[in-house]
Amino acid sequence: MTAPLLSIRDLHLSMSSYDGKAHVLNGIDLTVNRGEIWGLVGESGCGKSLTGLSISQLLPSPPADYMAGEIMLEGRDMLKLPRPELQKLRGNRIGMIFQDPTTNLNPAFRIGDQLVDVALAAARWKPGILDCPPGAGRSERKRAARKLARDMLERVGIPDAGMRLDSYPHQFSGGMRQRVLIAMALIGRPDLLIADEPTTALDVSVQAQILKLLKGCVADYDMGVILITHNLGVVAETCSHVAVMYAGNIVESGPVAAVIERPEHPYTRALMASIPTRDTRRGMLRGLAGSVPNLITPPPGCRFAPRCPHATAACMTGVPAPVRVGRDHAAACIHAKEPETAHV
Amino acid sequence: MSEIMLEIDDVSKIYAGKRGMFGRSHMVEALKHVSLSVRRGESFGLVGESGSGKTTLTRSILQLERPTSGRVLFEGMDLGQLSTAEMRWLRARIQIVFQDPYASLNPRMSVHDIVTEPMLIHRETLGLNRRQRTERAVELLSLVGLGAQHLYRHPHEFSGGQRQRICIARALAPGPDLLVLDEPTSALDVSVQAQVLNLLCELQDKLGLTYFFISHDLGVVRYLCDRLALIYRGEIVEQGDCASVFDAPETEYARALIGAMPEVKVPPAA
Repeated sequence: MTAPLLSIRDLHLSMSSYDGKAHVLNGIDLTVNRGEIWGLVGESGCGKSLTGLSISQLLPSPPADYMAGEIMLEGRDMLKLPRPELQKLRGNRIGMIFQDPTTNLNPAFRIGDQLVDVALAAARWKPGILDCPPGAGRSERKRAARKLARDMLERVGIPDAGMRLDSYPHQFSGGMRQRVLIAMALIGRPDLLIADEPTTALDVSVQAQILKLLKGCVADYDMGVILITHNLGVVAETCSHVAVMYAGNIVESGPVAAVIERPEHPYTRALMASIPTRDTRRGMLRGLAGSVPNLITPPPGCRFAPRCPHATAACMTGVPAPVRVGRDHAAACIHAKEPETAHV
Repeated sequence: MSEIMLEIDDVSKIYAGKRGMFGRSHMVEALKHVSLSVRRGESFGLVGESGSGKTTLTRSILQLERPTSGRVLFEGMDLGQLSTAEMRWLRARIQIVFQDPYASLNPRMSVHDIVTEPMLIHRETLGLNRRQRTERAVELLSLVGLGAQHLYRHPHEFSGGQRQRICIARALAPGPDLLVLDEPTSALDVSVQAQVLNLLCELQDKLGLTYFFISHDLGVVRYLCDRLALIYRGEIVEQGDCASVFDAPETEYARALIGAMPEVKVPPAA
């Protein structure tokens, strides 16, 4: 058995602020293999984006401080790599897509030029992607990069890709810009793609197209994907696995079908109960009382305990360890039961 | 029961092209012959994607925008024909809650000032003195799930959900009949969204309000609204009872939109 593509072990991250140190990630464990799409869900401020940024080491330090843990990308610890080494990995091994497609493209350059730049930079470490003989001249490489850019635009479903290379970002709609960013992230053939809320700014019909495209790319390129989102519906329709985050912890993780059919952590259940569905009767939506805890002085024990309807005195002491509740399915709750006793 | 409160009659809005630094911009037909009617006491949902004309229609209802043609009737009165003074009087009865609770509260005003300001503006209609206004502010805060202890705090001390409650309290202050809700929950997390949606249901039952609810989230509209209209490129493509539109959409666009909606099936509570 080979090493997993990405394995995060017991990652602790704190951020300094004027009020003190906030423990924003509190022991994250996550393993992503090729071909898997992991959904990272949770509400604002739960640490899902910070987890994504930590993987590609994009958080400035200070304020970020990794107190413990490791982030292994195929056996290499991202936390210990020197900067130039990291720079080689970004774009080549790890691709990133961010939420807002309007601010992530340079308005002053043509789409084609921006894609060509990325392709040429990626080709410094992965000459294979340009498909031109070794020792090719600059203009030849540039021509090859342009061809690659066109192919990628076609791949993400932009019509007349050859013509659109000469367009500027403002001539594209939001959905098309997000496609361009996906093409840009995929141009270096990354092994791991981190998509941070890629469809939040888009309309539902465009969202459906983008998610379908993302799924297709995983199958074609044999990547691993981390899809950060706050929308459980998106996770249910796109991902193979899901990790639910709350206040810096992964409270429940496992295959999507298992977690959604049988959520074991009270937070996951509360989150699902607050989404209106077909059968929710008017006035019957169950929200979640209280608010997210202050992470500078987090509550002792389980961080969800103050809002949890099932909390007991035991919940206030000690952080609950993940309990196996099914095949690859774990919930960090002391009341979670092993499958034999919980479900017959 | 089925008395019509708000009627939009064949409204069109055309933004003429402007001559700018880089030549002339195109004319935009933001609304094309839109007609719909909202009955007293119901929740009417308006659903559309970005750029479909939702906001233009809302602004036309509030008379922040003059339609190019057509009429907006509130209880049979043509809003376009009213004088400024008459319109100001009527504004007490039509209030709005905006999308972003972080941007729609003045950070330098206390909650007391925010909630009493509409009562001050409409003092001639409402006839409340200073003490009565403060009393009513406390009443409104408790109605939306906040309390007297919050009266002299400022917006930055509140979470997004609480801020949206303050916005709702402010909208309720002049005693409106029609509440225009412009994506009131899209800036909130799902658990907070659930609380706000429940509050809206509760308020409607208590106060008999009529809602004009604008959203791009079909799930929320299905939950809250009795009837809905789908708007696409400035045209109403389908309208009807929520249940029938969701169960048997008639147009291709409605089918596509409902099909694109990501859904989670929630198991019964343990």
